[in-house]
Amino acid sequence: MWIRFGSVVAVAWLLGSQAAAGQTPKPPANDDCLACHGEHVDAKAFDASTHGPMACVDCHADLAKVTDFPHADKVAKVRCASCHDDIGAKYKDSIHAWAKEKAGLVVAPACADCHGKHDIRAKTDAQSRVFRATVPVTCGTCHDGIKEQYDRGIHAAKLKIGDSRAPSCADCHTAHGIQRVDTDSWRLKVTAECGTCHAPVVDSFRRTFHGKVTSMGFTAVATCSDCHGAHDILPAANSASRVSKARRVETCGRCHTGANEQFVKYDPHPNPSDYRRSAVLWWANRFYWVLIPGCFGFFGLHSALWFWRGRKQS
Amino acid sequence: MTPALAPASPADGALAHDPRAGRPAAGLRATADVPSHVVRFDRKTRLLHGVVMTSFLGLSATGLPLLFSDAPWARALATIFFGFRAAGYVHRFFGAALLLGIVFHLADVAWRAFVRGERGLFWGPTSMVPQPRDFVDFFGMLKWFAGLGPQPKIDHFAYWEKFDYWAVLWGTGVMGAAGLILWFPLTASRILPGWMFNLALFVHGAEAALAIGFIFAVHFFNGHLRPGKFPMDLVIFTGRVTARELQHERAAEFERLRDTGGFAPLASDAPTEFSVRRGYVIGTIGLSLGLALFALILYATIR
Repeated sequence: MWIRFGSVVAVAWLLGSQAAAGQTPKPPANDDCLACHGEHVDAKAFDASTHGPMACVDCHADLAKVTDFPHADKVAKVRCASCHDDIGAKYKDSIHAWAKEKAGLVVAPACADCHGKHDIRAKTDAQSRVFRATVPVTCGTCHDGIKEQYDRGIHAAKLKIGDSRAPSCADCHTAHGIQRVDTDSWRLKVTAECGTCHAPVVDSFRRTFHGKVTSMGFTAVATCSDCHGAHDILPAANSASRVSKARRVETCGRCHTGANEQFVKYDPHPNPSDYRRSAVLWWANRFYWVLIPGCFGFFGLHSALWFWRGRKQS
Repeated sequence: MTPALAPASPADGALAHDPRAGRPAAGLRATADVPSHVVRFDRKTRLLHGVVMTSFLGLSATGLPLLFSDAPWARALATIFFGFRAAGYVHRFFGAALLLGIVFHLADVAWRAFVRGERGLFWGPTSMVPQPRDFVDFFGMLKWFAGLGPQPKIDHFAYWEKFDYWAVLWGTGVMGAAGLILWFPLTASRILPGWMFNLALFVHGAEAALAIGFIFAVHFFNGHLRPGKFPMDLVIFTGRVTARELQHERAAEFERLRDTGGFAPLASDAPTEFSVRRGYVIGTIGLSLGLALFALILYATIR
C-alpha cells in the first residue's frame, strides 16, 4: 500500500517537474515585443515578409528565455545561419565575409544589408530587395560606380524590359559566395558562365589561341570580359561597344600593342563550318577533311597489309 | 658480272641488317667488287635528320597541349615546360631550328645541283623526285601484299620514303609560314589582313595533326617497326648498311651499283661499336617519346 502510494507520488512529482520546466519562462509573443519596438519594426511589413509566420524570438533567440523586461540594451546578433546553414557556409567563404570579419571593413555587407531585416521577401517576390531585376539596385547601394556601368550595358537593358535570361549581378558573381574577380579560378569560371547563354560563342572562342590557353587553365590571355568588358557589355553594332568596328583597334591594342586596322580583321570567334562567316576557313577545313583521312587511310591500309604480309613471310 | 656475295643462310636472311657490327655480318664476304658496308646517309644527311627529329619531337610536345587543350593531360604536359608561356618559347626555338635545318638543306641541294653540277639529283634512280618506277614499285608492293608476286626491287629511295621526304618539306613550308605569321602577328598585319591569322592557326593545327600522326604512326612503322626492321633501323644513325642488306632491301640499287661499278665511292667499314650504341640510344629515346605522344593523342581522340 505504502509502496503504491509512494510510486504515485513519485510519478506525480516527475510529471509536475516536467510541466514546470516547459512552462517557465514563457517566451515573449510578437505582440509583447511590438509593444516597445512597434515604432521601428513595421508589423505589417513583417507579417507580409517571408518570415511573417515566425516569432521574433525565433531569430532573436537570446530573448526567448528573458523574463525581465525591458531586456538589457545589448542583445545577441541574429544568426541567420542557424536555419540557413548552407548559405551561411557560402557567405563565410566570400569576399564580403572576408572584408567584414578579417579585414575589418565594417561597411561590407552581411545578410541583412542585402536582404533587409524585418521585411525580408523571397527572391521571387517583385518587392524583394533580391528580386532579379532589383539585385543591381541592391548591390549598387555600395557598388555605385559599377551599377552605373552596368546600367549602360545590354544586360541591364534586357533585364529592364523583363527578359528573365538577362544576367544581373548574382548570375555571374553568385549571390553569396562572391569571390575576388582577379583570381585565376574566377576568371576561368566566368567564361563558362557567359557560355550558359552564349554557348556557340564560347565554342568558337575555344578554337582560338585565347580559348585554348584558358581552357588549359592558364589565364595570361584574353577571356570574354577582356574584350567585351564586364559590366557595360554592348553589342558590336553599337559604336560605343568595345568590340565595335570603331573601337577594335583600341581594344585589341590593350594587349597587342601596335594593333592596326589590318590586325583587327582577325576573327576572335571563328567557325570553320560557317561558310558565310569565312569562306577561306571553310575551304581550309574541307581540304584537311580530305587530306588527313586520305593520308591516314592510304598509309594505314598500306602498313596493315605490309605487316600482315611481312609476318606471314617471316 | 657474277653475284658477289656468298650465299646467305635463311637465318641470316631474316635479320637483313646486323647492326651489332664492328665485324662484317655473318655470311658476308667482302670481295673486290662489293664492299662489306655501303654508305647510305652521309654525315650531313644524318645531322639533318637529327635536327628534324629533335625539333619535331620538341615541337610536338610543346604544341600538343594547345592542339588538345581540352584533354586532361594538356595542362600537365604544358607544365613540364613550365607553363604555356615557356612552352611557347621552346616551341618557337624548335620551330626556328627546323626551319633553319630545312633552309640549309635546300641551299645544300641548290649548291650541289647548280654549283657543283651534281647529276641525278632531280631525275634518275637516286633522285628524291617521284619517278615512273615508283608507280611500278607501288603496284608491285600491292601484288606482293596480295601474294601475287615477289617483293619488288626497290632502288635508292622507295616511294614511301619519298612521300616522307616531301611530306616533311611540304609540312615545314606550310607550318613554318603559318607559324611565323602567328609568331609575328603585328609584323604580318602590315601585309596580311587579320583573318589570315585565323587561317594560319587553323592550318597550323590541322597540318600538325597530320604531321604528328604521320610521323609517329606511318614513318615509325615504315622506317622502324615493320617486320624485318623491328624494333628500329639504325641506318639513319650509323649511316651505313651491309651490302647484303642492300641486296635484300634495295635489290635494284644493289644491282645497279654492282653493274656500273658504283660501289667503290660508297665502300665503307662497319660502323663502330660506339656509333651503333649511340644509334640505339637515340632511336630508343625518339621512338619512345613519339609513341608516348601518339598514345596521348589517341587517348584524347577516343575518350
